[in-house]
Amino acid sequence: MITVLANPQRFLAFSRVAAPILGALAAILAAAALWTGWSAPDDYQQGATVRLMFIHVPAAITGMLIYGCLAGSAFFGLVFRHLLADAAARAAAPLGAAVTLLGLITGSFWGRPMWGAWWVWDARLTSYLILFLFFVGYMALQASIDDETKADRASGILAMVGVIMLPIVHYSVLWWNSLHQGETIFAPGGPKASAVYLTPLFLMWAAYSLGFGALWMVRIRGEIWRRRAQALAVQGAR
Amino acid sequence: MNGFGVLLKRELAMAWNRGGGPAVALAFNVCAVTLLPLASGGSLDKLKLLAPGFSWVALALASLLSLERLFERDYEDGALDLLALGPAPLELVAVAKCLAQWVCTGIPLAVFAPIAATALGADLALAPLTFLCALIGGIGFAFVGGVGAAVSLGARAGGVLIAVIVLPLFTPLAIFGGGAIASLAMGLDWRPGLLFLSAYSLLFLALGPFAMAMACRNALS
Amino acid sequence: MIREVRVENLALMRGDRLLFQGLDFSLNAGQAISLVGRNGAGKTSLLRAIAGFLRPWEGAIAFEGETGPLEPEDARSRGLHMAGHQDGLKASRSAETEFLFQARWTGASEAGIAKAREALDLDVLFDLEVRKLSAGQRRRLSLGRLLASQRPLWLLDEPLAPLDVDHRRAFGALMAEHLANGGMILAAVHDPLPIDTDTLDLGGLGGLDQDQDLGEDRA
Repeated sequence: MITVLANPQRFLAFSRVAAPILGALAAILAAAALWTGWSAPDDYQQGATVRLMFIHVPAAITGMLIYGCLAGSAFFGLVFRHLLADAAARAAAPLGAAVTLLGLITGSFWGRPMWGAWWVWDARLTSYLILFLFFVGYMALQASIDDETKADRASGILAMVGVIMLPIVHYSVLWWNSLHQGETIFAPGGPKASAVYLTPLFLMWAAYSLGFGALWMVRIRGEIWRRRAQALAVQGAR
Repeated sequence: MNGFGVLLKRELAMAWNRGGGPAVALAFNVCAVTLLPLASGGSLDKLKLLAPGFSWVALALASLLSLERLFERDYEDGALDLLALGPAPLELVAVAKCLAQWVCTGIPLAVFAPIAATALGADLALAPLTFLCALIGGIGFAFVGGVGAAVSLGARAGGVLIAVIVLPLFTPLAIFGGGAIASLAMGLDWRPGLLFLSAYSLLFLALGPFAMAMACRNALS
Repeated sequence: MIREVRVENLALMRGDRLLFQGLDFSLNAGQAISLVGRNGAGKTSLLRAIAGFLRPWEGAIAFEGETGPLEPEDARSRGLHMAGHQDGLKASRSAETEFLFQARWTGASEAGIAKAREALDLDVLFDLEVRKLSAGQRRRLSLGRLLASQRPLWLLDEPLAPLDVDHRRAFGALMAEHLANGGMILAAVHDPLPIDTDTLDLGGLGGLDQDQDLGEDRA
């Protein structure tokens, strides 16, 4: 499928149909998630605030997913020098940053009633923060290099380094947490993962992912057109 | 490897002068270390807890100082072209540069680190481990920093950009090194932290040069 | 070691711009080619492509040795000198250390170093810091490595521009000697070189004769 879509013309044709469909699906799933989330019972420990989990956890997971997509695109861009791959990586970055930031903010809101503080150096949250910084670094680097091809390659190299380092960073934060016997609020098992919570969680995650897919395609289309317009402008100036 | 030897000698000489060399890095470290007690009201007990960690932060920041010039000067005056056409591959050139950076900045900072920590109130018993962690961590700082510097070649706003790119990658160094020292302070086993620190530094020593060489070739194209 | 450089159907891009396409020529031992063309025609880019810095958009660049084709990486790291616009000299270091580094890095022998020092009259510069040197003196210093280390292919970008008349003549003689020893020169120039060369015009107004015939040996 990837090789089929690698042709920009075919991608444009495909995404013109696929993006709205994904977007509509995402909206439906989000509505379903919100409805099931709203009607789920209160948690005995967290009360009504458990509902924030339905926004926070999927956002955090999607953030990591988007980084994976970014790194994958960057890899194709580096190895095969394919312009569409570069465009895809560039397009994914702001989406990833936004979703990760959403995860951080909702995580903070979710934790506030429990911790009594707006932020706690929990292993997961800290790792998400660093993931957010990776996105920011990637975008900053791309924005600072004037030559676009060079910018794509340099930030691609950074993305590769990041994707190898991110698990290590996460592990180091986990290790640090274990040292301090800190509370892993967001323990691997998560708060009571009963079916009634799983459904809205899963629905919301699906909504985020499909929504990302739709927005990503839209942004890639934008990238393709931007580059074409630029090429035309450069030619016209001669 | 005659070529590598020639290059290393030169890089050592240049690193000694680069960005003011060890003197500026040490001065920065001193300033940072002075700020903490002044800013936190100076209660000895509190400082004692923070001391090892803060001296690590100061170490990390001081390591950033001369990073921007690591590849930039050669890139700007055409020397990087020459380095790319020499007997040693660009990967080894990157190793030479980062090693020189470590020798000229990392080692002096490592020597100073236990002094800084003790000045901030840490136990003298922590000093040897602080030195060792700073020494090994210094390799990590140099090679991680090198990746950041290489990737930012040709970018505007070099110094701050490199910091933004590189600080997240510095986190494990801070965590493992600081964790090892904190473990010792609490009477726990300090070896895991030190081992992880060494592993991370060695990982970047091994893989970093490939990323740096790729980034240099990109900048030269 | 390099006896021939072959460029086949080469097309180069600079950013979004196609500089040229369909470029075919070969450079043989003992041959010198002057690269001419208006600014922006791609002279520097062609030199950098042969040096391996720029990837061809289309086409190929091949190196032939005495016994057969050479690995491009090998050929480039041991068989060519590139002297571009910039000298690669560090301003705050002494001329002597900079020259010695450039020479030794490219594999010069002590005999070669001595020869270069004498031929280009470098000793007078040695005690000075690079920043105290004039443009012509810096150029002389950085060209020194071409003589000190024996590498057959010379890729030159306006090599003689800052030099005065005497040193131009002297270097011209050295270039002729290099060619006589089986070396090759590809030089991007605006003014004629002090030796006989073929010409390659990269499109647009050329500075030298409009001779488009290549492979014509005027040796």
